[in-house]
Amino acid sequence: MADVGRHPNVELHAYSEVDAVTGYVGNFSVTVRKKARYVDVKECTACGDCEDVCPITAPNEFEIGLSTRKAIYQPFPQAVPSAYVLNIEECLGNNPIACGKCLEVCDKKCIDYDDKDELINIEVGTILVCIGMDVYDPTALDEFGYTQYENVITSMEFERLINSGGPTKGHLIRLTDREQPKTVAFIQCVGSRDENRGNPYCSNFCCMNTVKDCLLIKDHYPDVDIKVFYMDIRAFGKGFEDLFQRSKDAGTIYVRGIPGEIEEDPVTKSLKLYVENTTEGTVECHKADMVVLSIGAIPRRDSSSIQQLLTLQRSQDGFFLEAHPKLKPVDAATQGVFFAGCAESPKDIKDSVTQAGAAAARANRLMMQGKVKVEAITSTIIPDLCKACGICVKVCPYHAISCDTKAKTPATVVEAACAGCGACSAECPFGAISMKHFTDPQIEAQIDAMLEVDAKDKVLAFACNWCSYSGGDLAGTNRFQYPPNTRLIRTMCSGRVDKKFVLRAFARGAPIVLVSGCHFADCHYINAVHWTQRRIEKLWDELEKKGIRPERLQLEWISAAEGQKFATVMRAVEELRQQVTQEEIEHTKKVLADVLEPSKLRAPKQPAASEEAPAQEAAA
Amino acid sequence: MAEVDGGNGTLRVGVFVCQCGLNIAGTVDCDSVARFSEDLEDVVVVYNNKYTCSEPGQLEIRKAIEENNLNRVVIASCSPRMHEPTFRAALEAAGLNPYLLEMANLREHCSWVHIGEKDEATEKAKDLVKMAVARARSLEAQEEMIVPITQKAMVVGGGVAGIQAALDLADAGYKVYLIEKEPSIGGIMAQIDKTYPTMDCSI
Repeated sequence: MADVGRHPNVELHAYSEVDAVTGYVGNFSVTVRKKARYVDVKECTACGDCEDVCPITAPNEFEIGLSTRKAIYQPFPQAVPSAYVLNIEECLGNNPIACGKCLEVCDKKCIDYDDKDELINIEVGTILVCIGMDVYDPTALDEFGYTQYENVITSMEFERLINSGGPTKGHLIRLTDREQPKTVAFIQCVGSRDENRGNPYCSNFCCMNTVKDCLLIKDHYPDVDIKVFYMDIRAFGKGFEDLFQRSKDAGTIYVRGIPGEIEEDPVTKSLKLYVENTTEGTVECHKADMVVLSIGAIPRRDSSSIQQLLTLQRSQDGFFLEAHPKLKPVDAATQGVFFAGCAESPKDIKDSVTQAGAAAARANRLMMQGKVKVEAITSTIIPDLCKACGICVKVCPYHAISCDTKAKTPATVVEAACAGCGACSAECPFGAISMKHFTDPQIEAQIDAMLEVDAKDKVLAFACNWCSYSGGDLAGTNRFQYPPNTRLIRTMCSGRVDKKFVLRAFARGAPIVLVSGCHFADCHYINAVHWTQRRIEKLWDELEKKGIRPERLQLEWISAAEGQKFATVMRAVEELRQQVTQEEIEHTKKVLADVLEPSKLRAPKQPAASEEAPAQEAAA
Repeated sequence: MAEVDGGNGTLRVGVFVCQCGLNIAGTVDCDSVARFSEDLEDVVVVYNNKYTCSEPGQLEIRKAIEENNLNRVVIASCSPRMHEPTFRAALEAAGLNPYLLEMANLREHCSWVHIGEKDEATEKAKDLVKMAVARARSLEAQEEMIVPITQKAMVVGGGVAGIQAALDLADAGYKVYLIEKEPSIGGIMAQIDKTYPTMDCSI
């Protein structure tokens, strides 16, 4: 910790948050909010004089409420930066008549009650997301009595009680009588591996953390009896099995079975644990003076903020989704962004350090070249067709298009800023925007090829590259089976799916068309998916007016983590397909026959009388 | 070296049907798909191999492009999200623009999800190849833009992972901005007493 604080190449911004991010790989522009600390970090020497005179006491967050701190405080003795922070909500000092004591005693004069949040802009090439995890809150699991019995604590609280720097200076005591417990019970998998309550996944480190805790207790107090109630002990890492055996040799008793109920003795405040011992096949009652709940990991509760800023995706468990589970385990799907630590999945310190090294190496690999190739999937304006209406300017989530609607000069695209979603191309009423590598003729060729033979037996599905198509990939890797009638057409974003593609598919005899994209929060192109929804909703009305059942056009949001949902949707659309009659298809083909006529809009370049011809035409 | 016709000259499409061991061939009749592909418009050569992504497989693509003067390549194998970069590189090595590649996903979107439905899966695979060839015929060469990279990194979160990543990058010589929400770095690690398996102090 201290190393990073004094490293000449590291600029530490503590008590700061990422407010906004723009740009793309190699060229991110990040706005960081430095929150008002009310203490000058550079000047503060952490002498503690201010703390001594502060009259306010509040629960100490670092000690999980097991001790108190003042309104002006240092989070913990080894804090980096080694400086105080003032909680202005608790402080009386912003009214100097009421208090102002810390200001008086501070020799360095580094306290400022009028400190304000500061926004700074930082340009970087890569971003590493290492936001960590939160711990599971066991209050929902009533049977363990965490909210009722004071001698039932969490493993995090235990860490503070056994820590020589903690509130008891490392003396393990019960919270009710401050006596050393003679028997301690650990309950494993609290909030983990439970489909119905808590979380279905294994939190990875809790088994070994308990093994470690048992050894710590036995080191300090060899006479304390310890029982561990568990489902399985997962001692899978290097040196873990040794440690597990050591804890057994030291006298820890492992009981297979999770207690179903805990009772407190009203006099002694000791606890009775009722458990089905699944090894012995007996129901047992065990006594303990203290119970430690081995709580699992959950994704950080504020994950969605950075998720949206960097257009990241999360897997079903809520942790961030890597670009590939095996081959790109630390890369985000967003180029130039990497993950390390518990942000990606629950892991222990060694694995976090390993992954951090990997993420740093991946970032280094990108940065050391000094330049990067970006995919050539960008939009191009066809000036002759552009009527300078300005719709594309409103559509573009990246503000990459500009257009002077008054002067009626054709729109222009800043290619470096274009991320390639294609929403502009789909929304342009004049067919004046072409998407490189996802052009209209290319997509139309796929539609036509698919529906040339036996169209009535097939479902045409448009799927966005980042979410729905990947959800389909996940269905594949998990072998989730579904009917073989669907054919996917991949676009980078569902926002690219032009109305005319859907109509063309129906005109070619498609019984069902599915448009699938990311959930709104996952959209890889900020908010391009909103245009998909708007467009499809309008299309439903239009189809209805033409006497075509709107249900034949389906819209679904499927994330990259939703392989199961992908398969379910595929089954659902196949059921819908079976309800579409041949007469219905023939009727649709007749109604939409004109869609297949070569579009006037995409007619070869007209021989313009002069360069200004399109502008004059529009003005007229 | 193959030429890119830019849409004016003759189209010469090569199709590579990958069996992926038994991953695809276990469900999809790859021979039948390959024979079907031969009759598709502008397809001049069709290969049917065990592992297209392997070194020999990639070499074969290269050779096929050069020998048959291919200007479009369709690879019917796994998800493009898996191997598109691999095959684009193979095209590039043969002097063909990497954007003249199209993939048909016969594995994740076909053989793996229609196990036991051999006939239907094979029919679907044929359609997927047909669609890919249709798209490939109108693909155009693209030039990728090269943008400079700011040689600075940002690490969001100063727990054990963030600290380690910041130190590694800083030691490699990059300027690193470490952003931490709390007043001190350290995260959950700092609250833990001893750590396994070494049983030493966390800070």
